[in-house]
Amino acid sequence: MSAYIIRRLLYAIPILIGVNLITFVLFFVVNSPDDMARMQLGDKRVTEEAVQAWKADHGYDRPLLFNSQAQGLAALTDTIFFQKSVKLFAFNFGTSDSGRDIGYDIRQRMWPSLAIALPVLLVGLAINISYALMIVFFRATYIDVGSVVLLVAMMSISGLFYIISGQFLIGKLFHLVPISGYDTGLEAAKFLILPVIVGVVGGIGTGTRLYRTFFLEEINRDYVRTARAKGLRERVVLFRHVLKNALIPILTGVVAVLPLLFMGALITESFFGIPGLGSYTIDAINRQDFAIVRAMVFLGSVLYILGLILTDISYTMVDPRVRLA
Amino acid sequence: MPVILTTDALIFLLIAVALGYGVYASQHEHLRAPWRSVARSRVGVAALVVIGFYVLIGLLDSMHFHPRIEPVRAGESAVPAQTDALRADAGDAAAAPVEARYSTQVLSVLDVILTGLRERQEKTFSAPFATHLFVKEPIEQPDGTIVRGYPPLEHGGAHLKDPSRRGFDIAVRTVLGAIKGLLVWMALTAGLVWLVAHARSEDFNDGASAIWQRRTDVPWRVMLITLAAMLVLSFVAAELAAGYHILGTDKVGEDVFYQSLKSIRTGLVIGTLTTLVMLPAAVILGIMAGYFRGITDDIIQYLYTTLNSIPGVLLIAAAILMLQVYMTNNADQFASLVERADLRLLFLCIILGVTSWTGLCRLLRGESLKLREQDYVQAASALGVRHATIISRHILPNVLHIVMITVVLDFSGLVLAEAVLSYVNIGVDPTMNSWGNMINSARLELAREPIVWWSLAAAFVFMFTLVLAANLFADVVRDAFDPRLARVK
Repeated sequence: MSAYIIRRLLYAIPILIGVNLITFVLFFVVNSPDDMARMQLGDKRVTEEAVQAWKADHGYDRPLLFNSQAQGLAALTDTIFFQKSVKLFAFNFGTSDSGRDIGYDIRQRMWPSLAIALPVLLVGLAINISYALMIVFFRATYIDVGSVVLLVAMMSISGLFYIISGQFLIGKLFHLVPISGYDTGLEAAKFLILPVIVGVVGGIGTGTRLYRTFFLEEINRDYVRTARAKGLRERVVLFRHVLKNALIPILTGVVAVLPLLFMGALITESFFGIPGLGSYTIDAINRQDFAIVRAMVFLGSVLYILGLILTDISYTMVDPRVRLA
Repeated sequence: MPVILTTDALIFLLIAVALGYGVYASQHEHLRAPWRSVARSRVGVAALVVIGFYVLIGLLDSMHFHPRIEPVRAGESAVPAQTDALRADAGDAAAAPVEARYSTQVLSVLDVILTGLRERQEKTFSAPFATHLFVKEPIEQPDGTIVRGYPPLEHGGAHLKDPSRRGFDIAVRTVLGAIKGLLVWMALTAGLVWLVAHARSEDFNDGASAIWQRRTDVPWRVMLITLAAMLVLSFVAAELAAGYHILGTDKVGEDVFYQSLKSIRTGLVIGTLTTLVMLPAAVILGIMAGYFRGITDDIIQYLYTTLNSIPGVLLIAAAILMLQVYMTNNADQFASLVERADLRLLFLCIILGVTSWTGLCRLLRGESLKLREQDYVQAASALGVRHATIISRHILPNVLHIVMITVVLDFSGLVLAEAVLSYVNIGVDPTMNSWGNMINSARLELAREPIVWWSLAAAFVFMFTLVLAANLFADVVRDAFDPRLARVK
């Protein structure tokens, strides 16, 4: 097992190098730091000195890949590639274009993101699984047909509308909870309710439909027929046999997204003013802060790969038929 | 003078590809059979009619041209106010010998059809069917005093002599529109019934009752009902839009109904061109990985795992940011704003394609891995058939259904993605009509009291209809092409 995990972690290295190269090409080769400086300074007719000063301030005044003026190892390390890209591997994110420590910001903003994403995941999971079970229990009745139509309709609504209408209905019309904002400690709860509700409702369409197919997949299996032939009641068959087996794909799917929960929900957070990583990213995009976007791309990739590894491991734990190769 | 924007050219290419596929599919039973079952599904046919309306509008909006400037004859000084910007050019043209002159403005055929809607601009917000502006403004009274009130609209309901008869006028127009729609529908229905009766070699009445009693293979009845609904809706909307702003106007007084119609093209382009752009890479790489295995497989797998591990939104954001930098620094390369917006749209399609081809590629790799072990492939390779021939003759036709399903399934997700991306300002150009931009600008107005809800509602209805139809259609297509996949997915 541990040998497998180590090997998987080693596989992750070339992928991360690839991610790094792509972002490096995208950010520094397609457009030179000079272009970026001009963009940041805002005017087409910026003086050359201002551009140089901006570059020096933000550490973009080095050669891209190879510094011929430096001696020895510094020829490789005193470059933009090493300073801005390679250092990410040590989770050294550097400072943002506005001068803040990105690593510190990420550590601070991780928790609000998690405070929304985790409840959304858990509550959503509970609701989706129970709703899907109910549909399957009443399969081939009007409840089934009606529910499927409802789910497809819910899937067809843009997430933006869930947020806007949730904010409007619950926050503004009924004045139940604050519309946006955040607080520390337990006070945060009242700010979290609305985003969590919106997140859960927005996910019902896709989630329940997926889980319904998982359940239907299992319900046609031989062991279910055997269970029914034994004379078990439908309720028992569903809960003891179908649910247990259908949980395998559901749980492994959840494990894959677990690490990504830290990244937060982009749109939800910025709508509700939650100071999480999602709104951090959006703000960076809007302010065109390339350093933060680069850091988040790297972080997102690391977490995604971590999710893949966790998925494979969890498969072997819940389903002994799957062997690690 | 016609103008062909890059996305227009690609749309026409897409139509050519679709036609080619249609011809190919009609000659091959394994592709014809699933399509036949799609045509027999009631949901599928109804969804197809709705999508057809959208596609028609999108196509009309994809034929662009520079409008010709009419030379202004002497004595005809009352040029309509809307062509003000063009008047200077037109004046020159009158002086010069008669020679066709074209405006630098780019219009589409749809713009011409909707000229009325496009040109009837108000000052600012007005509610649907309103006759007065939504915000108070100082109005000068005949006696010279100034009162703050709701000034009447320049165009919305301007034909009414007595504003209190608005309800009656709306009802009359609705009925008139419905009648026109039904007349068109009846003409189409008669044609269809005649065709069906002809194909079944029956007379007209038998054909009609066969359709009505659902004795035909294709559920014509459902199709006709959907068509009737859509036609009546369009004609009523057209009739009402001639006198009112049926969905209100936005902040700068532009008709929201016009914006919604113009946004259709953007949505369709994103939904279809993205797939078109990514298909060659996904198909070629996916099949190569599965067919050749070994080092080719390793490289391709590495490629898509790497791309896949970058969060999609962030990759799009990074790419669009870079495009923005490029565009600000090379602003002189673009002839017009329309061209610039068009290029950005195309680029968005490409980058969305880059983030979404990996799924299809992985599916195709798995399928090719299985197919290459099939006896007929083994036989072909034992007989010394070249790899390229084996792939095009044996592998490709057998994975086409997966491609088909992916194309249809991806569509609705991409339309929805556009809205979200435009919200984050990494979507289409802010000057371009799109549902995302409509939502984005409407969002800020929700804080008003009373709220400005119509832009949001319009974008919601138009988007929801298209996405719902696409989702329903996708389900039907998936079930028809691959019953096994349908259960798993």
